[in-house]
Amino acid sequence: MSKTTRFLSALGRGYVVLLLAFLYLPIFIMGLMSFNASPFYQLPMKWSTTWYEALSQDDRLVGAALNSLQIAIITTVIASILGTAASLAFFRYNFKGKKVLQTLLLPPIAIPWLITGTAMLVFFYGVGIGRGLHAILLGHVALALPYVIIVVNARLQTFAPELEEAARSLGASQWQITRRITLPYIAPGVIAGGLFAFAVSFDQFVVSYFLATPGQTTLPVEIYAAIRKGFTPEINAVSTIIIVISMALMLFTARFYKFGGNG
Amino acid sequence: MASVEVKNISRSFGSFKALDNVSMYFEDGGFYALLGPSGSGKTTLLRMIAGFDYPDTGHIEMNGESVERVPLEKRNIGMVFQNYALFPNLSVFENVAFGLDVRGVAREETRNRVRKALELVQLGKLEDRKPHQLSGGQRQRVALARAIVINPRVLLLDEPLGALDKALRLDMQVELKRIQRETGITTVFVTHDQEEALTMADRIGLLKDGKLVEEGRPEEIYNRPKSLFAATFLGDANIFEGMSNERGITLASGETIAVAGEKPASGQTGCCAVRPERIRIVSGAQQELENVVEGRVERRLFAGNSTTLFVNHKERQIRVGVPNIGSLVPADGETVTLTWAAESTVPLARD
Ligand SMILES: Nc1ncnc2c1ncn2[C@@H]1O[C@H](COP(=O)(O)OP(=O)(O)O)[C@@H](O)[C@H]1O
Ligand SMILES: [Mg+2]
Repeated sequence: MSKTTRFLSALGRGYVVLLLAFLYLPIFIMGLMSFNASPFYQLPMKWSTTWYEALSQDDRLVGAALNSLQIAIITTVIASILGTAASLAFFRYNFKGKKVLQTLLLPPIAIPWLITGTAMLVFFYGVGIGRGLHAILLGHVALALPYVIIVVNARLQTFAPELEEAARSLGASQWQITRRITLPYIAPGVIAGGLFAFAVSFDQFVVSYFLATPGQTTLPVEIYAAIRKGFTPEINAVSTIIIVISMALMLFTARFYKFGGNG
Repeated sequence: MASVEVKNISRSFGSFKALDNVSMYFEDGGFYALLGPSGSGKTTLLRMIAGFDYPDTGHIEMNGESVERVPLEKRNIGMVFQNYALFPNLSVFENVAFGLDVRGVAREETRNRVRKALELVQLGKLEDRKPHQLSGGQRQRVALARAIVINPRVLLLDEPLGALDKALRLDMQVELKRIQRETGITTVFVTHDQEEALTMADRIGLLKDGKLVEEGRPEEIYNRPKSLFAATFLGDANIFEGMSNERGITLASGETIAVAGEKPASGQTGCCAVRPERIRIVSGAQQELENVVEGRVERRLFAGNSTTLFVNHKERQIRVGVPNIGSLVPADGETVTLTWAAESTVPLARD
């Protein structure tokens, strides 16, 4: 390596470290404070698990967290299945208006959730679906679907159509082809799409806020309500737990399916 | 195994005619090549026989039974794709076993048949590898084993050797021919390489612009081409054009080229072809044949097993193939006498 290359390489490394610090520092401090006995962030820190104990007694927060988890998991499953099926339909068949339909998948991602949420509230109210956990679930699936379709579609772009043709010529039925050839190949895409779906649902505040009823709500909505009443470090505790779980999930899949990074 | 017959098949994509009234018979157990330049409709025809696509008009029969309405997965066809299309997530064994698994063949029988097929293509030891761990030639063999293990009625191959380098290609030509003879499966393979078609096939169907131009045994189609296209596409040919008469074809220069066989009616324009290797260089007392011309060697092209001489004769260039048998090849600028038989001069239909 020449001197300039070495310098530039060090510079690049410094830049990436700074960037990651910017991303992780607030999260790290929050995690730290969740173990601080003082509710007013007093330093020096006094280690304590008070807030975790308090959290375990807080039925509202725990209940909302379980709701969130449940909705996110169901959303992930439903959106992954429906989205993958839609991607396969786009991949396999040439039907009238395919281009238009495919293009129409993108705008919903760009529409502000505030507006989508309002529209859903009005629509669900109008057709009798109303509000509640079921409405939230329905809304989340709708929000997550485009992400799944786009990610799975990207994976399918690298799939040679001859593979399905070869399987057919060997006598396989459509279902056998899908199960044994196509799905194993696009699995990383489906997993990635599922992660997006999980994130969209688990993170979702705006749409959930519109569709929730007072007793039945999700964690982000509950946290928001709690903060308005007055901030307690319990929030730090619950957030830290969520962060640990989501990061573990992400890192596991990244390792398993070799997303991002190269090595 | 089965005979296949396509009858008056046409297929258009929009206003473009990819196949135009093609009829061809593939005898049970025969080895056929579909030969033609890129875009001539070879793949389209192959895909119709397989059942990936359906003709606009015309019929396809196997063993005399119409199969147009039989879907691909029920036709029992072995297909080898140009890029092999091996299933990337399955091992060599699982790839070959796939066609038997989906048919519900018992495990024990599947194992035996897969092993036999892998032995046939000489890949016995690699059954646990994944496709990405194989070389091009090995992938080709797996694709072949996967296609024949199901005992297909017909084996279809689309440019099977196109992706291999030359030495490997020659090996695989011999292999493919051996496997076809051992299994006796009716085989149709697509190629744009005339040498490959000549070496491997029992019969060649020559396609051009979606039409079947000629069909016949390699020797027939090479030695006695009927069309200008066949004469020039299958190897090199000197083409002479002129007025037809009872002796042969009279060129604009006034010379007459003697032609054997059926020629165009006297007084009409016609043309004929002579392969370069049919022309001999004579000197002194050596016997001359029906056609004799003199010319000057303009340049020479050495190709190992032969040398091509470019001989100038009255503003015309005649190519002569001199086999490399150790004799002296005339030098540039030398004047030579060329001779060839009327038998070697083939009358052609214009196209
Ligand atoms: N599905 C299709 N849609 C439109 N045109 C096609 C299609 N398939 C083939 N063609 C056209 O038909 C012609 C013959 O194609 P093909 O049979 O693949 O030729 P070959 O295999 O001899 O190179 C080509 O010009 C090709 O562009
Ligand atoms: Mg082709």
